[in-house]
Order: sequence, then C-alpha cells, then structure tokens
Amino acid sequence: MEKEQLKPLSFYIHIPYCIRRCGYCDFNTYTPSELKDGEASVAKVSQGYVDAAIIEINQAFAFFDDKNQVRPIETIFFGGGTPTLLPAADLARILDELREKFGFSENIEITTEANPDSVSAVDLKNLRTAGMNRVSFGMQSAKTHVLATLDRTHNPARVSEVVNEAIEAGFEHVSLDLIYGVPGESIDDWKESVNTALSLPIDHLSAYALIVEEGTKLGAQVRRGDVVMPPDDETADKYLLVDELATKAGMDWYEVSNWSLTGGEARHNIAYWHSNDWWGIGAGAHSHVQGVRWWNVKHPTTYISKLISGESPMFENETLTKEQIRFEEILLRIRLSSGLPLAFFTEPELAILNSYLAQGHLEEKAWQSGQLKLSISGRLLADQIVRALDK
Amino acid sequence: MPAIPLDRAPKPSATDPLQIRNFSIIAHIDHGKSTLADRMLGITGVVEARNMRAQYLDRMDIERERGITIKSQAVRLPWQSEGSDYILNMIDTPGHVDFTYEVSRSLAACEGAVLLVDCAQGIEAQTLANLYLAMENNLTIIPVLNKIDLPAAQPEKFAEELARLIGCQPEDCLRVSGKTGAGVAELLDQIVRQVPPPQGDPKAPARALIFDSVYDLYRGVVTYVRVVDGNLKAHDQIQMLSTGIKHEALEVGVISPEPVSSGGLGVGEVGYLITGVKDVRQSRVGDTITNAQRPATTQLPGYKDPVPMVFSGLYPLDSSEYPTLREALEKLQLNDAALVFEPETSAALGFGFRCGFLGLLHMEIVRERLEREAGLDLISTAPNVVYNLTLDDGTIVKVTNPSEFPMTKIDEVREPIVRATILAPSEFIGAIMELCQTRRGVLQGMDYLSEDRVEIRYTLPLGEIVFDFFDSLKSKTRGYASLDYEPIGEAPGELVKVDILLQGEAVDAFSAIVHRDKAYAYGVMMTGKLRELIPRQQFEVPIQAAVGSRIIARESIRAMRKDVLAKCYGGDISRKRKLLEKQKEGKKRMKMVGRVEVPQEAFIAALSTNEEVDKAKAKK
Repeated sequence: MEKEQLKPLSFYIHIPYCIRRCGYCDFNTYTPSELKDGEASVAKVSQGYVDAAIIEINQAFAFFDDKNQVRPIETIFFGGGTPTLLPAADLARILDELREKFGFSENIEITTEANPDSVSAVDLKNLRTAGMNRVSFGMQSAKTHVLATLDRTHNPARVSEVVNEAIEAGFEHVSLDLIYGVPGESIDDWKESVNTALSLPIDHLSAYALIVEEGTKLGAQVRRGDVVMPPDDETADKYLLVDELATKAGMDWYEVSNWSLTGGEARHNIAYWHSNDWWGIGAGAHSHVQGVRWWNVKHPTTYISKLISGESPMFENETLTKEQIRFEEILLRIRLSSGLPLAFFTEPELAILNSYLAQGHLEEKAWQSGQLKLSISGRLLADQIVRALDK
Repeated sequence: MPAIPLDRAPKPSATDPLQIRNFSIIAHIDHGKSTLADRMLGITGVVEARNMRAQYLDRMDIERERGITIKSQAVRLPWQSEGSDYILNMIDTPGHVDFTYEVSRSLAACEGAVLLVDCAQGIEAQTLANLYLAMENNLTIIPVLNKIDLPAAQPEKFAEELARLIGCQPEDCLRVSGKTGAGVAELLDQIVRQVPPPQGDPKAPARALIFDSVYDLYRGVVTYVRVVDGNLKAHDQIQMLSTGIKHEALEVGVISPEPVSSGGLGVGEVGYLITGVKDVRQSRVGDTITNAQRPATTQLPGYKDPVPMVFSGLYPLDSSEYPTLREALEKLQLNDAALVFEPETSAALGFGFRCGFLGLLHMEIVRERLEREAGLDLISTAPNVVYNLTLDDGTIVKVTNPSEFPMTKIDEVREPIVRATILAPSEFIGAIMELCQTRRGVLQGMDYLSEDRVEIRYTLPLGEIVFDFFDSLKSKTRGYASLDYEPIGEAPGELVKVDILLQGEAVDAFSAIVHRDKAYAYGVMMTGKLRELIPRQQFEVPIQAAVGSRIIARESIRAMRKDVLAKCYGGDISRKRKLLEKQKEGKKRMKMVGRVEVPQEAFIAALSTNEEVDKAKAKK
C-alpha cells in the first residue's frame, strides 16, 4: 500500500498503575499492594515498565519499517491506570522514543489522563514541557457523596484549581470526565456537576453513564442489593440534561458521550471511531492496524518479561472479516455526529432505518441530505439500532 | 407359618384354586407398602436376602425416587400355613388419585385387601378412596397398622379409626413393622385364613382380566392377568373381547418376583402374558382375554376406556426438537394407554402437542419422563380441563384448549365436576371450607374419623382443582390435609375465556378459561406478571386482558429510552462488537408476538406458577 493511502497513525500508551482501585473500575490496572512488593511505591513497581514500553515502541517501528509504512504520528494518548503516577521524565522518555522513531505530525495531539488529586501545578508544567498538549481530568462528579460511592478520593474543589493550573501550564486543550447514573445521585446532583464542569475554562466534556461491570466491587454491591442502580429512564433524563447544558455552553456533541467547543474534539478518540491505525503500547493494551486487532498480555510483570526476552507482548489477535469490518464501522460511526452516508446501507437496512426515522430517532435534515445522524433520542438507542440493522 | 422350598411349592397351572389367595395392599404413598412387600418377598423365600434391594418391585427411577408406584405388579408367593401349602398372589396397586381406574382393576383381580396404615399418621384421603373401592368390590379387608416400631406410633388411636371405618373391632387390627419384620408372618397367615379362595369354572371358555399392561423394550407388551374361568396356555390364539383383536400367546408365566415362564395359568391364578404386540393400547387394562378358538361371549364387568381429564400443551424449548418430542411421546404411549396427544400450533410457542392426562400427577410424570428419557426441555401451558359448549345454534363443541374457545354466542358451558374428599386434623376445618368455597365447592358432608380427624366431602369443578388447589390446601393446613377426587359428571358453569393481548394481539399461550367472577383477578395477575417479564421494546407495548371484546385489565411496558453503552474506546471495540453479535443471536431466539420480542424465559416464567404447583404436588 502506498503511504498516501494509509490511514493516520496513532499511539496509545497504557500505564497500568493506580494508588487504589475504584469500586466501579474494571480496567487493567494494579495498585502497589496487588503487585509483588506490597509496600513499594508505584515508582518502584513501575521500574522497568517504561523500559519495556520503549522496547515495544521499537517492535512497532520494526513492524511498520518492514512494510515501509512508517509515518508521522497524528495523536498519542496516555491512559491508565493513572499515567501521571509516573514521573513526567519517564513519560517524556516514551514520547522522545516515538518522536525519534516515527516523527510527529505538525499538529500532533498528545493527551494524558490525570486525576485531580494526583497531579500538581509543577507536574502539569513538566508534562507540558515533555510535549503533552491536552489533558483530561477525571472529575466524575461535583458531589462528595457521589464521589464516595465511586471510591474517588479527590476533593471536588480541587477540580477547578487543577483546570486552571493546566491552562497556566500552557495546555491547549483541557477536558473533564463526568460519570452519571451513580446510585444515590439525584437529578439536581447531576445538574450541579455538569454546571460546575461547564463553568471552568475547558473545551471538551465527556459524560458517561455508569456501567456496572461484573467482577468489580460495585458489581458485587449491586448484585447483593446493597446499592440500587437508578432506573434507566432517570439516567436517560440525565443524558438529556447534560446535552442541553453543554449545548447552552456553546459545545456540540460529536460522539454519543462527548461534547466540545469547535476544535476541541479529542482527535485521538476520533481515530478509534474511524478505524484508523493505532498501536497500543503497554500491558493489556489493544491495537488495530489495517483490519487486525490484537491485545497484549495483561499483567505488567508478564509484559515486562516478554519484552526483556525479546518476544512480542501480544496475547491474542483477530483478523476481522469483511462483515466484521463493516459491522464495526456501523457500530462506531453511528455514534458520531458525522454519522454515515445513507449510501453505505443496503435497501433492507434502509427500511429498518426508515422506521427509526419515523419515530424521530434519526435527524430528518441529515437524512434528506443523504446522511445517517442520530437525533438525541436516537443517541440513547444507538446499540438497539445497530442490533436492529441485522436481519 | 414357614416358607415352602421353591421346588416343592405348588406349580402354576397346576394349583388348586382352594390353595390360592389373591390380595392387594391399599396404602398411602409413604405408609410403607413397598417395604412391607419387600419383607414378604424375603420371608416367603422368593428373594434371597443377598439379592434384596430396597423396594424391589418399584421399577422405574421416578418411582424409586419419589417413593410412588405407578405401575402395578403381581408376585406369586408360596406360603405354608397350618400345615397346608398355599400360593399368595400379591397384586400391587398404584397409589395415586389419577390412577383410580387402574386401582379398581387391580382390586377386581383380588378377593382380599390389606389396608395398610402408618400408625404415626393415620389414614389418608386416597387410601380411604381406595378402601371404599375395595369395599364396593366386596373384598375382604384386613386392617393392618404399620411402622409400630416408630417412637411416634399411636396404634390405639388409629386402630379405633380403622375399626370405625370398616366396622370391625380395634383389636382386629394387625400390627406390623415392614422395617423389622415384626408381625409379617402372622399377616400372611391371616391372609390365608380370612381371604376367600378364588372361584371360577375351569371348564368354561377362558376369561382373564387384564389388570396391567406394561411395555418392555425387549419383550414388547407384558400383560398382567387374573384368570377367572378356564385357562390360558402358551401358543393359544387369544382374543381381546373389547376389540376382537387376536394374538398368539407367545409366553405365559408368573412373577416370582422375576418372570418365570410357566406354560399356562389356571382358574384364580395371576400371571403375565406376552404376545409380541408393541403398544399397550392393544392390551388395555380392564379388558377380558379369551381363547380365540373357544371364545367366551360375556366380558368381565367394569371395562372402561381411559378418559383424559386434564389437558396441557407441551412445546419443545428449542423448536428444532419438535420431531424428538413426537418420537418421545409415541414411545411413551406404548406404555401408557391413558396418554393422548395431537399436534398443536401456538402462535407464541410454535409447534407442540396438546396432551391429555388422567390428572395432574399423570401429567407431571409424563412431562418428567419426556425430559429425563428424551433429554428434552419443555414448556407446558397451564393445565385445563375439557369443556362442553352448546352454541346458540345448538351445535355442541368440545374444547380442550382455551384457544379453541369460540368467539360466537355461547348458550351454555359445561365443565367436569369431581367429588373431592379431604382428610385433615379438625382444627383446619374452617380453612378448608373457606378454600373450597372460593373454588366454587359445594359441601356434601363431613364425618369425624376420630376425635381430631375429619373427612370433608365437597363437589368441585375439576378446573378449580387443576389450578393450584392442592398447593393452597397444603399451605392452609400446614401440610396435614390429604386430597382425593373422582369425576362424577359435568355441570353448567359461568365460564369465560380471558385473552391476554400484547399490542392488541392475543397470545394464545396465555389464554385461560375461568369463572366469570375470577376473570378480573386472572387478568390483573397475568398482565402484571408479563409487565415484569417482557423487556422494554422500542415502542410502548400495551398488555391487556380481555373477555371477548371487553378489556378487563391493562398494563403497559413503556418504550425503551436507553440502550447504548456509554464508552466505546480502543480497547472496548472488540468486546462491544462481540457483545452486540451475541445480543443479535439472542434476538433470534426471541419469540415474535406481532412486533413484540418476547424472550422464551418470559413464557416459561409466566406459565410457571402452575408448573411449580405440580412439582410440589408430585414431590408430596
């Protein structure tokens, strides 16, 4: 394939460490006590992890170089875990390696996730100096009792401080993450959280309905009946509310759970939804390159030892069939405001979509101009529509 | 009173009727009949101790697990009493209400009956019913109190109860323990002394009563008979008097307790006959067998075709197993002349069979055997009874399935009525009467069996009994009440069909025929249940209960508003694709009712109260 025809290239860097695990979280992350040295600091248990990540970057380089497909990176995202638990210098080493091997596109977006209470003004300056230009803070809620249910430890007041510190540090884009539909959260609680977030100088907002995952503490609490999930209809109302408030604040939705000011879209995430090429570096990280998906071994210790011994850290992979590629394209792009062209669909699929149009779940104007775009009620039913398309 | 060495015992077909005693044991399910029978096999020497296994005569797994006897057997026991040799034929009787007819035929093959009562529990309703049957057949009754070894035994109290019932003296009741063997030899002696020997004409054309008929995988149908007149010999051409069908008797023998070919059976003898037929319906319980060369002209009295009383639709959970279900039913029918079925299509449940059963236990046994022996997962619809309808134009219609209940003008609906006998401690009289009243019962009478035990007689519509009656009775009497019922005819009833509509479309599986006064309660119950069970759809789904065109209850399932996972980033994509693919598969297993997707589990759960009730009943 000619380089010009290749999809843009992104990297995801997984930092699988947290000070403590939150009750709802099923991500691939480890606390110091879950790893070998019970007492050790994250800095100590992560020893070698960054070295391993750098080896994997070199494997990625060899992979693309082999095919003569090395090209400048468009976006990089540090996620976790809590990436900012690592010294900024270590994260900088990773970026340096990527820059050296692949080169950065002129307007590269480099994001890190951060917790309001595990990052200081100085850390933020260092991260900015290292090359990061976008930061996404896990605010989750403005209400202490909601944060407590989620096992989040930060003081809500810290959020506004940290956003301002990021701006002062020179970050071009600042985003906040919110979670709604948490047991015990009222509509007013949620309204206050959204308004608090929107009152800050951010250009991007993510709002996620809480998903209760099996195998988490929260999952067990719900199963036992210790906590009761709010009814779906109330959670749907909260979605309508955040959409309304974000729109009033000048933001547009561009994906089911994401709103931004113009130019504030998370380009890295858009890369996922457009099925671009992206390589996940780190323990348990997923990758997608040209219709092949794979994911690494989950445990950091295994990950490190694989790389030290020169092996690939890949755990499993799947080569997508044409049908799967098409199905993924539908399920991902239907979530975007850019949607899909109607020409993409077969006649029977269009008939099904027509019934959703009639029920007001698709935007009439977009439909008239040949485009599938979910209306606000349709966004809440995105999965159902995807399932309905398969007859 | 010793056993006779088997080689010296009187031989089949060469035994003087004066040496024969034919008897049954009438007992409630857990009153120790099988243990006593085992003990008799042991002390008469027909089963050596080392070959003994518990409940020797109960053959099917279900029987052994539940401790109930479904199919009877007859065992030939040699016994010496007061210096003479005798042959005792013990004819086992099924112990449940659904098999009254089979019990009556077993009793018709006997001259005497042992009334066996657990002297810690006292007599139960079904035992009482069978006792009355025995008395109607003029059998000699020998009252026996079992389990005298139990600490809770109250032999005096229950001896009085038995004496009052059969009109003897309390001291006439024998006391035995099947478990320890105490009193069993004396019981055998008393059977010899009290039960009259069979009478019959050895020179008359052969007449033998079929009292059981069992399908054996290797031998075909094994028919159990009691010879009344003449004799049966191997290789005779035999003939069934009710149907005229002729067969060759390939083998004639006795059970002792394994089958032994004997070449023939004479007057008063009990044994088996094999003709090579494969279907028990060709060898029906109650029919008379004669010799085709020299046929008898008069049938033995009392033959009846089995009449199914309770109907239910059986559907395979997996519709591709429909052929398996048909094969399994056909196979079961080889051994169960009372089971009837015909194909049925339900819009909601797909292809299945409408099956007719003698009663609820019979239904449960059939269902369980289908599931166990054919490995099927089944959905059964709520049981119902047979209704005879007279339409305005005078046409008479028989309805065995609520969905066939006509929409046209109905002049009269007649439903089967039963006479129910309930035995319970007298403290529960109020609760029982209240229950029977709410089930449209009419009190027929009440008698005290002893100071604190009472027999209550009601007539009730059978339709009220098939609908969780037994469960309610048990719960209102803390498990102490026992129930027996027998059909006594039919009566007009104020019956209506309640339809359940999803989005305006009737779901046949949920229709029910109920009394007018209960239509509303049924409608509210079922619509409420479905509202909980059916997942929200993309549109609002009204659920209505209707009698004819009149809506009597309604609920609605609001349209689903939220069906989207909030997060879908790089690492989520594979998982999400697989989840959606799995959900799409799940969707294919949904039953479509109009545009409404109803998961199979919702059908099962909505129909399950009755199922659970039946399970509880059968476990009893």
